[in-house]
Amino acid sequence: MVDFGGWDMPVQYSGLIDEHRTVRTAVGLFDVSHMGEIEVRGPEALNLVNYLATNDASKLVVGQAQYSGLLYEHGGFVDDILVHKVAGDHYFLCVNASNQDKDYEHIAAHNKFDCTVENAGGRYAQIAVQGLRGLDTLQKLTELELPAIQYYHFQDGDVSGTAARIARTGYTGEDGFEIYIAPEQAPRIWDDLLVAGEEFGIKPAGLGARNTLRLESKMALYGHEIGASITPWEADLAWIVKLKKGDFIGREALVKQKEAGLTRKLIGFEMTGRGIGRDGYEVHVNGAPAGWVTSGGPAPTLNKNIGLCYLPSEHAEIGRTIQIIVRNQPVEAVTVPTPFYKRAK
Amino acid sequence: MTYPENFRYTKEHEWVLVEGDTGTIGISFHAQKELGDIVYVDLPKVGATAEKGKTIGSVESVKAVSDIYAPVSGEVTAVNDLLTTSPEKLNEDPHGAAWLFKVKLSAPSEVGELMSAADYAAYAGDE
Repeated sequence: MVDFGGWDMPVQYSGLIDEHRTVRTAVGLFDVSHMGEIEVRGPEALNLVNYLATNDASKLVVGQAQYSGLLYEHGGFVDDILVHKVAGDHYFLCVNASNQDKDYEHIAAHNKFDCTVENAGGRYAQIAVQGLRGLDTLQKLTELELPAIQYYHFQDGDVSGTAARIARTGYTGEDGFEIYIAPEQAPRIWDDLLVAGEEFGIKPAGLGARNTLRLESKMALYGHEIGASITPWEADLAWIVKLKKGDFIGREALVKQKEAGLTRKLIGFEMTGRGIGRDGYEVHVNGAPAGWVTSGGPAPTLNKNIGLCYLPSEHAEIGRTIQIIVRNQPVEAVTVPTPFYKRAK
Repeated sequence: MTYPENFRYTKEHEWVLVEGDTGTIGISFHAQKELGDIVYVDLPKVGATAEKGKTIGSVESVKAVSDIYAPVSGEVTAVNDLLTTSPEKLNEDPHGAAWLFKVKLSAPSEVGELMSAADYAAYAGDE
């Protein structure tokens, strides 16, 4: 167990590689109750969400979810979030555990609209059922017709006879579901899911596998690819920024940065030399310091050592040889297209 | 876990087997279990000097890097090439086929400062 933002979290159960491969080939179960939840309710809930988040929440239909960013005025990330439209006057935000209070303060401080903001993390536990057989597993425990829920959509219903919000979302690059339930029901539902998934080869999976799975799929992790000093343009997240939707916090800075051009960009790499580039390692180009690794390590699905790094824009092109400084020794790597892994549709 | 009686152990979870003036060095069952799936082993070169307590290589699992500290001093006389191609052997057989390297002991008395199997088992706490 490790301390993760004040939560005791298992890094692994049966073994990181085993858990990782189980999610890619069958189904894995993650306890992600540490994730935070914030509820925005009221006639002008959409106005507040769209004033704070980079993506355009007005495009959502009821029952749809959207990946988005919360930014500071200077364009750096407060957090990355999932926005769920529960009703025209009710949005449900899923945020990072360690950022929950900061996000709530940020949102509440900018609430000049006719709506209320609730820091609701204590009312929700979250369990993720991820992988090819996630649907088959969860379907055994719910009345909802899961195939009718499309990717990045959700429905309120039941799991194991308990009220649950079931979203077809995830952080693994596989099909799967994230279930929001009352905390007191979570241990029982966890056990029920393990029993229901037994015939499909379900295994519990920890933080370690969650990290390798999301890295292969090039999903950003706050504190690594994104943070207060990094903008969505730099993090290759332009797709979550909708400048045309109107004003939002950070918009002005993003417009300026777009006009001025980027000085650095996030890019993927594969180690070609013997060694593993890891989080925080320095990156050299032509023998000189140029950037840093945001996330790096072995990719269990690919049997390669991969990573993401920031490089000066002029060097951030596919196919460039770079050096990762591994314990004071430069080890060669090459920049590659991302995502590293994409599931078959 | 039963730790071999003829090995001596360090607080950093290495072991050494002394045969004549040669010490064979590895990491313990406890160490490999704590590390998880081992994917990379960085070993010293033959001819390098091992200095007791100093870093002489590293073992990497998917999630972390861990230094290897020399349990005894001496010149490195052999390294286990098996670990270059099959680092996962360290998870499977840490006290046998997956030894790390051998040294010609330069200060054999250092061995006496290391833990016995029983002491180490109590220290590692995974009996």
